[in-house]
Amino acid sequence: MSALLTAEGLHLHFGKVAALDDVALEIHPGEVVAIVGESGSGKTTLLRVLAGMMAPQQGQVLYAGEDVHAMGEAARRRLMRSDWGFVHQNPRDGLRLRVSAGGNVGERLMAAGARHYGNIRAEATEWLKRVEIDPARIDDMPLQFSGGMQQRLQIARTLVTRPKLVFMDEPTGGLDVSVQARLLDLIRALVAELGLAVLIVTHDIAAARLLAHRMLVMRRGQVVEQGLTDRVLDDPQHPYTQLLVSSVLAA
Amino acid sequence: MIEAGYNFGYLDENTKRMIRRALLQAVALPGYQVPFGSREMPLPYGWGTGGIQVTASIIGADDTLKVIDQGADDTTNAVSIRRFFNRVTGVATTEHTAEATIIQTRHRVPEAKLREGQVLVYQVPMPEPLFRLEPRVAETKRMHALADYGLMHVKLYEDIAQHGAATTSYNYPVLVNGRYLMSPSPIPAFDNPKLDMMPALQLFGAGREKRIYAVPPYTEVRSLDFEDHPFQPARADAACVICGARDSYLDELIVDDGGKRHFVCSDTDYCASRPPLVEAAA
Amino acid sequence: MSAIRTEGLSKDFTLHLQGGIRIPVLRDVDLAVAPGECVALAGPSGAGKSTLMRCLYGNYGAGSGHVWVSHDGREVDITNADAREVRAVRRDTLGYVSQFLRVIPRVPTQQIVAEPLMARGAGREEAMAHAAALLKRLNLPATLHGLPPATFSGGEQQRVNLARGFAPGYPVLLLDEPTASLDAANREVVVALIAEAKRAGTAIIGIFHDTEVRDRVADRLYEVAPLQDAA
Repeated sequence: MSALLTAEGLHLHFGKVAALDDVALEIHPGEVVAIVGESGSGKTTLLRVLAGMMAPQQGQVLYAGEDVHAMGEAARRRLMRSDWGFVHQNPRDGLRLRVSAGGNVGERLMAAGARHYGNIRAEATEWLKRVEIDPARIDDMPLQFSGGMQQRLQIARTLVTRPKLVFMDEPTGGLDVSVQARLLDLIRALVAELGLAVLIVTHDIAAARLLAHRMLVMRRGQVVEQGLTDRVLDDPQHPYTQLLVSSVLAA
Repeated sequence: MIEAGYNFGYLDENTKRMIRRALLQAVALPGYQVPFGSREMPLPYGWGTGGIQVTASIIGADDTLKVIDQGADDTTNAVSIRRFFNRVTGVATTEHTAEATIIQTRHRVPEAKLREGQVLVYQVPMPEPLFRLEPRVAETKRMHALADYGLMHVKLYEDIAQHGAATTSYNYPVLVNGRYLMSPSPIPAFDNPKLDMMPALQLFGAGREKRIYAVPPYTEVRSLDFEDHPFQPARADAACVICGARDSYLDELIVDDGGKRHFVCSDTDYCASRPPLVEAAA
Repeated sequence: MSAIRTEGLSKDFTLHLQGGIRIPVLRDVDLAVAPGECVALAGPSGAGKSTLMRCLYGNYGAGSGHVWVSHDGREVDITNADAREVRAVRRDTLGYVSQFLRVIPRVPTQQIVAEPLMARGAGREEAMAHAAALLKRLNLPATLHGLPPATFSGGEQQRVNLARGFAPGYPVLLLDEPTASLDAANREVVVALIAEAKRAGTAIIGIFHDTEVRDRVADRLYEVAPLQDAA
């Protein structure tokens, strides 16, 4: 089984600060990989570079054998609305707030060429159910939803076209703990069901343990440790990983 | 006779050349918005400064100009623009669609079929069809560049979801030549089909927004729709009280305090060209 | 061929947060278990029995040496296989029943048990039926099957954990104190499950606090001796 996404020798410096210092990474189909580390460790930068939203100063990112940063914006956008998905930490960055829930879910379908209103609506209804939003609210605006619902809506909107690879940037970041658990479980179930490959950036160790098969620990732009999630968390080798794990309450 | 002290067409020759270059580019890329250096005109933005600059750049001494505002030749805006061009070019003006070589319009397309050789100049307040959906100009440019128009269908979806049908009754977005999404300016959706494969050249000028775009003769112009909700040009289901027309776009008039409504042709030239009804038949 | 074997397995912990102190736990462990055999780890508490179990499962990395698991017709070294391969081994070959159930929020008990079966390709209905039968056998009433086990007692959670571990019929099964919080009746069920698994050819390595249970299920003991003081 060959890798879906491969990154090699990524370097990116902001002035003297190394956001990425020789980072390499592979994601295979159906694999959930968590990138953990504290704020400023470079994990969000890595996500953005891998998703083609930011160019590295050195190194390359290959998706299905194609150089993500050399392919041109049109091809990259096509990828972003077909094979890829991106779930933002703040659902307001990933949703159209003045467009109804149904329209938000339908947008990717329409961008992919769907031109049958009835079918789009049926698909949107189905996806609202899957993310546990009452389909009766299909015509409501996202601003009428709670934060947790907004995040679930963003997930429905992202997954409706059945991408192969989804980038998630702290998807539970701004939510109450009780709401986080529900969202995590929902993500976990959908990812397993759809066989998605997911690259999730989080500083929530418990979330990473629940969702990820594999984990990368980042510090100062470097991957200091990586491996099976439970191996990294239960037998951390690097001093920084030990600190990270020991700082968590019963993860 | 040109009024003393003015160049022909009011604009200086360099400006006219600059605008003509933009027009050539616009014609070459149907539906694409070409930026241009919009000039200060002797009337405020929103009064048709874009259309006037386009007209001023293409008008020649042999042209015959017609100006309409909401279909009418006799409203203040139409009258003053016509008089303006008469003063700065001395060209002949007309109210008859068939006689005109250049027709500058605000918010309507004449009912009479236009022919090859005629030029229809639209006054455009907002050239960007995506502006209500995507406020970032840089982003709308990228969307045009990549023909990434899913968002426009989202708007249609929203209309149908919230109101049961596409409620956009004017400025209804069109896809030009299968490539660029374009605002047809605030003409009624009823007029949209007239843009498709029109023999006349269509030029669009937006003065405040500094954009020019065009639809060359015989170009496909398609109104966006869904397979199961096809585009339907709306028109009041009534006849003109003056000429009895049932095929023209109608203006609604409230004629007394009781709310009694009359409908009359919005295109005054078209209405006048038809035999008037006998009073009893209305 | 052994179902699972270690070769010179050693393990130290380096505690960077405590000034880099090194704690050696395992030295040159050589253990081989054949299909259908049950080996009980013996030794005083703190000797490293649980650490050995975790090394066998790949949950802890090894300092040196190897852990060979017969998987898919060959031997895979858990200590240096890549993460994807370890996942495949855990899915198809290597099961582990820890002392405590790691509860997944909102997932009902029956599904927790059925999931590893489905991961191995069993149909949903078949897996759910098998899960229900096993839970029932472990005296967990059907009324609890639809509930997430978060609010269950320690004994109930342990039985969910056991059902999840036994359901797929792994060729190699690691049991860490499987009867610790169970009553006599349920202990009997576990003893029977182990016997059945052995008959089916499963290699079992277990830590049994309860010597009576241990003596009934284990074919032999493997002594894990405490190492001398930290180097």
